[in-house]
Amino acid sequence: MNQEQLTPVSAQGARAGQNAARTPLLLLIGNPNVGKTTLFNRLTGQNARIGNYPGITVERRSGDLTLRADGAARVVEVVDVPGAYSLSARSAEEQIALSAVLGWAENPRPDLCVVVVDAGQLARNLYLVTQLLELDVQVVVALNMIDEVRENPPNTGELSRFLGVPCVATDGRHGTGLAELERAISSALSHPPRSPLRIDYPALLERDLEQVSAALPREWNESPARARALALWALTSIEVDDELQGVDTALRARCLEVRARAGTRDIDQEVIATRYARIDAELPKLYARLEAHPKKRKTSERVDRVLLHPIFGFAIFIGLMLLMFQSLFSWSDPAIRLIEACTSAAANFVEAHVPESILRDLVTRGVIGGVGNVVVFLPQILLLFFCIGILEDSGYMARVAFLMDRIMKALGLHGRAFVPMLSGFACAVPAILATRTMERQRDRLLTMLVVPLMTCSARLPVYTLIIGALFPPTRVFGWLPVQGLLMIAMYLFSTFITLISAGVLGRTAVKGRRIPLILELPPYRLPSLFGTLRMMWRRALMFLKEAGSGILLFTILLWALLSFPRPALVDQPLPPAAAIHQQFTGHQPAEAATPVPPPAGPSAIEQSYGGRLGKAIEPALRPLGFDWKIGVGLIGAFAAREVFVSTLGLVYGIGDADENTTPLRDKIRQEQKADGSPAYSPLMGLSLMVFFALSCQCMSTLMVVYRETRTVRWPLFMFGYMTTLAYVASFLVYQSGRLLGF
Amino acid sequence: MNLAQTRIGQVVTVAHIAGEGSFRRRLMELGLVPGTRVEVIGVAPLGDPLELLVRGSSLSIRRAEARGVSVSLDEASSAERAATAGSAGRSESNTALARGGLARSAP
Repeated sequence: MNQEQLTPVSAQGARAGQNAARTPLLLLIGNPNVGKTTLFNRLTGQNARIGNYPGITVERRSGDLTLRADGAARVVEVVDVPGAYSLSARSAEEQIALSAVLGWAENPRPDLCVVVVDAGQLARNLYLVTQLLELDVQVVVALNMIDEVRENPPNTGELSRFLGVPCVATDGRHGTGLAELERAISSALSHPPRSPLRIDYPALLERDLEQVSAALPREWNESPARARALALWALTSIEVDDELQGVDTALRARCLEVRARAGTRDIDQEVIATRYARIDAELPKLYARLEAHPKKRKTSERVDRVLLHPIFGFAIFIGLMLLMFQSLFSWSDPAIRLIEACTSAAANFVEAHVPESILRDLVTRGVIGGVGNVVVFLPQILLLFFCIGILEDSGYMARVAFLMDRIMKALGLHGRAFVPMLSGFACAVPAILATRTMERQRDRLLTMLVVPLMTCSARLPVYTLIIGALFPPTRVFGWLPVQGLLMIAMYLFSTFITLISAGVLGRTAVKGRRIPLILELPPYRLPSLFGTLRMMWRRALMFLKEAGSGILLFTILLWALLSFPRPALVDQPLPPAAAIHQQFTGHQPAEAATPVPPPAGPSAIEQSYGGRLGKAIEPALRPLGFDWKIGVGLIGAFAAREVFVSTLGLVYGIGDADENTTPLRDKIRQEQKADGSPAYSPLMGLSLMVFFALSCQCMSTLMVVYRETRTVRWPLFMFGYMTTLAYVASFLVYQSGRLLGF
Repeated sequence: MNLAQTRIGQVVTVAHIAGEGSFRRRLMELGLVPGTRVEVIGVAPLGDPLELLVRGSSLSIRRAEARGVSVSLDEASSAERAATAGSAGRSESNTALARGGLARSAP
């Protein structure tokens, strides 16, 4: 995908190659929802490093574990592999688990795999364990969440005997069994365990496996056991239309040939059913009594009878989502205001103590403003990830997906897209960060692309200004306020367009097969506050580190665009007194209504490159009903949509304008065309609001999409499609409005 | 009969699984192989997806895909399960509501 991202990991891979005294590498692998991450945090403490797997945007978390045995300390690097039910794969994303285990595709080669197994769902979890053992890799099993099966725990000794590798009972949430696990890791690193487990497949399948083995590339052929396991993997993963990476062409051809020759035989079923038959045969030895319906599940089901109830369940769901939305939308407000107050205080302080200069402006408007632009996202990011942490930990997030799947399915999205989409009503930046809770790249990308269409809180000041300035506070039917109705209409409009866009983009731009939903409703658990707080903190730091510098840089660029060339360099600068007079006289003198240009000189912003750009694009904006002043406002709005208001204020020479500033509203109302008619009509206001609803006037959003997708392609696509959509929609609104005589 | 035609509380045994290659494989890897006992735990309030209990684990799939799983009803286990569910205090009205949801979208 992109080169610079591959380098650090491959460097690490190279280091792993030098065998002398290198740090041993340990993988934590397991099904989703088995408490792998909690165990990872327990083992590594506070030092997680977050990166990406080579060539793919899937988070790679690693940390250091210090093993103390026989008085000596040894440091081991631990990597948390994304949850997987199986090693078989059809996409590059699902291939990660196998590549990580075998040290393929520039992944460093692990010394030991700790398979984390949910003690309450042993049968399903053992499937992955048998796959790993067949691959002939070194394995230690952590029988996790042992506290949840206290009444009928599996026998670890028997399990160990069956699998032929050490098995340790653990409880990551309370930290029990960790010392034993560390001891088992320590001794497995010194004396690698070899599992004698061999699953015998039907004779015909064994013959197929020999044929596939013969076509394996040399580096896949390390030991007879591994070759056989990889032949099994290839046979059950390679398909005509799979999206696997780095599969040898000869092997691919051989697999397809063997599959074709199998005729009516069902190879997938032979492989999977044989493995499960082996596990099933062993289960009676592992348990004192076999339960079809474990107690932990029954308790969860009882809770679900309320939380998934057609009436109460939905009522609680709506209540919880409103609470989350309310916290993002309103409760973050005091913190946001505080941050804004701090940045303006800092800017004022500098202005008060440093003489006027271009450098001072750079510091106050560019640097301090830019830092403010970054930090201002933190309250919402922290709150959203707090909510997400609690929802995920408790098991309710899966229920959100379960409840909403029917609706989200219609849009070509996954039920898990609901929370990011809802957060989009507050702000697209945290919402895009929240798409990481979805497993598949395609779902993440599609959600990211449509989230910025939702009416975020930064659009509100723009709508407020336009509605306040151009629409009379009259009432329809004597009681419905026009202004309020317009605001609601804008919300409905943006939601409608978001849903349509998701449907269209999911069928066109965002390729990739739609995969049927498979969802697990994990048992309800008490969320861990500490874990959630730590996750929030990490997310916030990552945002600052990854998107912060870009947002700061763009703020400075925009400041330069709207500040250069300096007014002093412009011919015939306006005498200051006249300029001030011009600013505060409010009403334009009547003479100005003639075709002669108004006597006032140009404002600084008009003379800037940004102002000139605004004028240059005016012909393109005219069909939408906008003039160059709006154009400059649109350019300024890139810093953040609400900056439109203050930029327009600068165009009119009103410093510190906000959406409720009367002089700015008056200016907009009184602006006249050359022929003396009002320049801005309600129709133009509507066109402008439609433009704002759909266009991507937000560099922070683009920056975050760039960081999340690691390519400029998707942010550029997003900017392109949203701007086109905005232009066409505003054009239609303005032109059809004019035809109708407005 | 197929999995989409079952009712809440019924226990069935998987006979055959049809469907698109990789999805079918994933279902089987999650334990849904022929001969497996499956209990129908619930249906989402909007009628889709279904929640199943397979090998002691939860598994939810959509109705469209559940149609591809042919099953046979395990009468004895279903009756037993209904009895234990009753003793666990499952209210009849809840079941009726949920069943209503199921019947609405059954083919």
